Amino acid sequence: MSKVAIHAIYDDEEPLMATAKELRSKGIKVKDVYSPFPIHGIDAVIGTPRTRIAICAFIYGITGTCLATLMMWYMMIHDWPTDVGGKPSFAYYMNVPAFIPITFEATVLCAAHGMAITYYLRCWMLPGVKAKNPDPRTTDDKFLMIVETKEENKNNIEAVLKNGGASEISYK
Amino acid sequence: MQHESEIREPLILGNKSYHQITEDIVKPIEGKATKYWYMLLTVSVICFLWGIWCLSYTIGTGIGVWGSNNGVDWAWDITNFVWWIGIGHAGTLISAVLLLFRQKWRMAINRSAEAMTIFAVMCAAIFVLLHTGRPWLDYWLFPLPNQFGSLWVNFNSPLMWDVFAVSTYFSVSLVFWYTGLVPDFAMIRDRAVKPMAKKVYSLLSFGWGGSARHWHRFEEVSLVLAGLSTPLVFSVHSIVSTDFATSVVPGWHTTIFPPYFVAGAVFSGFAMVLTLLLIMRKIYALENYITIKHIEYMNIVIIVTGSIVGVAYLTELFISWYSGVEYEQYAFLNRATGPYWWAYAAMMTCNVISPQLFWFKKLRTNLTFTFIMSIIVNIGMWFERFVIIVPTLCRTFLPSSWNMYHPTFVDIGIYTGTIGMFFTFFLLFTRYFPVIAQAELKSILKSSGQEFKEKHAAHGHSHDAAH
Repeated sequence: MSKVAIHAIYDDEEPLMATAKELRSKGIKVKDVYSPFPIHGIDAVIGTPRTRIAICAFIYGITGTCLATLMMWYMMIHDWPTDVGGKPSFAYYMNVPAFIPITFEATVLCAAHGMAITYYLRCWMLPGVKAKNPDPRTTDDKFLMIVETKEENKNNIEAVLKNGGASEISYK
Repeated sequence: MQHESEIREPLILGNKSYHQITEDIVKPIEGKATKYWYMLLTVSVICFLWGIWCLSYTIGTGIGVWGSNNGVDWAWDITNFVWWIGIGHAGTLISAVLLLFRQKWRMAINRSAEAMTIFAVMCAAIFVLLHTGRPWLDYWLFPLPNQFGSLWVNFNSPLMWDVFAVSTYFSVSLVFWYTGLVPDFAMIRDRAVKPMAKKVYSLLSFGWGGSARHWHRFEEVSLVLAGLSTPLVFSVHSIVSTDFATSVVPGWHTTIFPPYFVAGAVFSGFAMVLTLLLIMRKIYALENYITIKHIEYMNIVIIVTGSIVGVAYLTELFISWYSGVEYEQYAFLNRATGPYWWAYAAMMTCNVISPQLFWFKKLRTNLTFTFIMSIIVNIGMWFERFVIIVPTLCRTFLPSSWNMYHPTFVDIGIYTGTIGMFFTFFLLFTRYFPVIAQAELKSILKSSGQEFKEKHAAHGHSHDAAH
């Protein structure tokens, strides 16, 4: 049985949200929603898994902390200890108060950039990538919902989408 | 949809639809530039070019062409550096701290405030790179192995902390700003007609499509970046203040410096945001988005931070007397009554007295008055940094090394040049970038838009009557 994707355009986010809820109650999965701004609460309705990008940021941050610690220990304590301004540098713990600012900055640097790079790669957003929205109006004021279904169910679903207030329906 | 109390004033005026917001935001980009824009750009570019000439002259001849001398070895360079870095702080405060506090009024101003941050930090970087004297050796600032010319850098030094703080601050602000810009670039891309514009905005928008999954990640990334930027912004000016506070120079060696610098930074930054926005909303007809209420909110931040700065000045004075250390006492006596008393007086008037006028609602909602005040605050904050640096250094421990400082035309030229550069970049930004975060703004239209609020209020009343 061949699959078909129904593209339904809405003029507003509330009818789209209501329709998505109805589809969920009928056990029909919404494939994706494209909108000009984040619709709050849509993730739970269409079953978007919670992103783990914040966990990545934490791991990148810890990495930054470790790298900075290692760098300063190596340069100031191990490789070439220098007594600057009477600040003892014979052991890491003696010198550590002066290292805190850079440790903090390196943590933030790695967490922020690591997370941003992960975000752009995970969403596959890079210079030169083709626009991902199927309809250019969805960055302006239209809301697009895509439902993938079997050929035989399409009339059923189309009725739900239409009743929910879809202004245009097309098949891809 | 989120509902908002009727008592809160609307943040988007007029009868706007989502499409109307799009139209209003792209108008400056798709339309022709006005003659005011060209006039401002010409003046800015002339200042910028003059600054480049003075900068080249400095590099070619050496920093002997500045007014800095053997006593006053930090002068306009560090004054301007601290001033510009401070200005940048408002952008991060608006975009990060106000995001964490879920302040919706940030959405109309965060984009341009962050742009301001980035350009201000670029201006600051010029001074800090030049003041080393031999800028071609500035790579020594990085932790490079000894065979590159020097020993390992000294991580005990606040100047080194500064290198890490400022470069982290700049790059993280840039990423934060750009991540927010991507959906708006996509909006311009999707409606662009000219092939060149289509191509450029396609490249800039990274293929953004706005699927629910991507919005979900986008929001998470914004939130975490805000959470990271908040301590970052406070750390940056704290570290800048330790450049002074960890020295043993009387008048600098004070623990109050970090909070006092941060408050001053936010204070001057908000003033600069006001200067820029008051011009921008007028030229691009953005009065419906950057409303009087937005201006009032910013003026309230100015009263709060201005008062913190005022308290800090008085605390410093009190502590210098109460400490019983005569060097410390002299440092402050010299600031207030010494050869640079006029700079101290300007600082006190502009920063402590004048912002208190904003307690009057009439004044803080008056645009002309706000504009004049924003300039006064910026002048005042420049004098604050000047007062900390020059009067202190011109009267240090050895009276034999006491001398006055006079800026040369090169000092003035480089400073003017950075102001020119700042405005050139900002004007180009307003012409080619979406100056308001339209995607975010659309998400609050139904809770904070005037039309929707009024409809909701009318509906609410009829509902009450029915009971």
